[in-house]
Amino acid sequence: MNYSALALLRGALSAHRNWLPAWRSPEPKPAYDVVIVGGGGHGLATAYYLAKNHGIRNVAILERGWIGGGNTGRNTTIVRSNYLFPESARLYEFALKCYENLSRELNFNIMLSQRGLVMLAHSRHDLDSMARWANAMRMNGIDAEILTREQVAARAPLLDMSPDARFPVLGGFSQRRAGTARHDAVAWGYARAADALGVDIIQNCEVTGFLTGANGRVVGVETHRGRILAERIGIAAAGHSSVLAKLAGFRLPITSYALQAMVTEPLKPALDTVVLSPGTGAYVSQSDKGEMVIGASLDLFPSYAQRGSFAVLQGIVAATLALFPSFSRLRLLRQWAGIVDVVHDSSPIIGPTPVPGLYINCGWGTGGFKAIPAGGWTLAHVLATGRNHELAEPFQLGRFITGRLIDEAAAAGIAH
Amino acid sequence: MMQLTCPWCGLRDESEFVCGGTTHLIRPDLAASDVTWGEYLFFRDNPKGVHRERWRHAYGCGQWFNLARHTVTHQVLSVYAMTDPPPDHS
Repeated sequence: MNYSALALLRGALSAHRNWLPAWRSPEPKPAYDVVIVGGGGHGLATAYYLAKNHGIRNVAILERGWIGGGNTGRNTTIVRSNYLFPESARLYEFALKCYENLSRELNFNIMLSQRGLVMLAHSRHDLDSMARWANAMRMNGIDAEILTREQVAARAPLLDMSPDARFPVLGGFSQRRAGTARHDAVAWGYARAADALGVDIIQNCEVTGFLTGANGRVVGVETHRGRILAERIGIAAAGHSSVLAKLAGFRLPITSYALQAMVTEPLKPALDTVVLSPGTGAYVSQSDKGEMVIGASLDLFPSYAQRGSFAVLQGIVAATLALFPSFSRLRLLRQWAGIVDVVHDSSPIIGPTPVPGLYINCGWGTGGFKAIPAGGWTLAHVLATGRNHELAEPFQLGRFITGRLIDEAAAAGIAH
Repeated sequence: MMQLTCPWCGLRDESEFVCGGTTHLIRPDLAASDVTWGEYLFFRDNPKGVHRERWRHAYGCGQWFNLARHTVTHQVLSVYAMTDPPPDHS
């Protein structure tokens, strides 16, 4: 069913009682060409691009919980491509360009709002490093502009720009094409489009083991809903990647941490850009519903609990209020955490694993949402062809042995 | 807020401590292969369950100690000295 103004009108005339589910809920078949473990944004996008780009439609997505119920539904919805190194810039810019066309392509409004992003510099050193950062982006062909103190104040008038501000704002830089996209819609849009191409989305289906055949090649998975065979399997499980890797018999260079976010009660439009303050670890945007969406830095101890610590919550609220004193009387409505897969260089891993036939997309850490189209596109490519996509070539597991890390920790914009 | 028991100072809030990550990692010989070095530096079990890790009472006595802690419930199963052998919580 195509979504359009006419379809909406037709729906309205029948009191919206006749809408069809956006995707089927099929029983798992005994075998598929490709099985994807993980029904978040990256897994759904992988299945969609397998079907669309490579014509592989006999695909199942196995999701332990429900579609988009993990980190895809727990992030702060920010999309941007302000990375430092050419390898990362190419990958994240590819994702942002996909996002720019995604609503049309998927026939599903992902509510992309390119409201721009403002990075705050709080010291002379911040100013210098941000000038380097913005210039690196421009060298990579990505839009960036260095902002003066006055330009920052004009972009976000509620910022505390007074002389005695706890975190004085000296300037910053901006990526105008950055912004937000509705996270649930990205998951639902990819799910619906993949389903329409024949992909089976199987929810409440946890993988409990991998089956291997001759030469240790993977031949299928054991799940709570029985054995499912597949010659090629992709893992896109974010914070749970290590758990699945252990089932398959190898280790990853990942530590799982809780990353918190929260929203305030909704209010009238007050902040029409995304504000990031790497120095304090706070980043804030206003959702289309009016809530202030506040993201925190990591709870810095290993965790698989999808809830954050009060100590970090307190710190991030304090930092946000120091930047925006007028938010002090807002009440927090919800607070939550997602389990993120942090690697030492804060760059992803997309490619083969030590188990033949088994491929992985992980290591996005605190920044997976913005990269969903690129993660899906490149994992689909390696699953379909057996060769790494050129964008993913630098992001292989082997870099942790050779030492050729792509250390984006400084450029990721979030204090790790 | 999570609370941890410092072996020297007793029960304190999590915000006084810094986690130093997985403990009981043994530094390989300098002549070790790249694979062994890579494994030592970067690859971790990252268990969903009991994790043996080192913490420092940074805003207290400054001492390092070991914990066995569950990564889902955050329950501390044992507190032990840096040189003690890993306790069995299987």
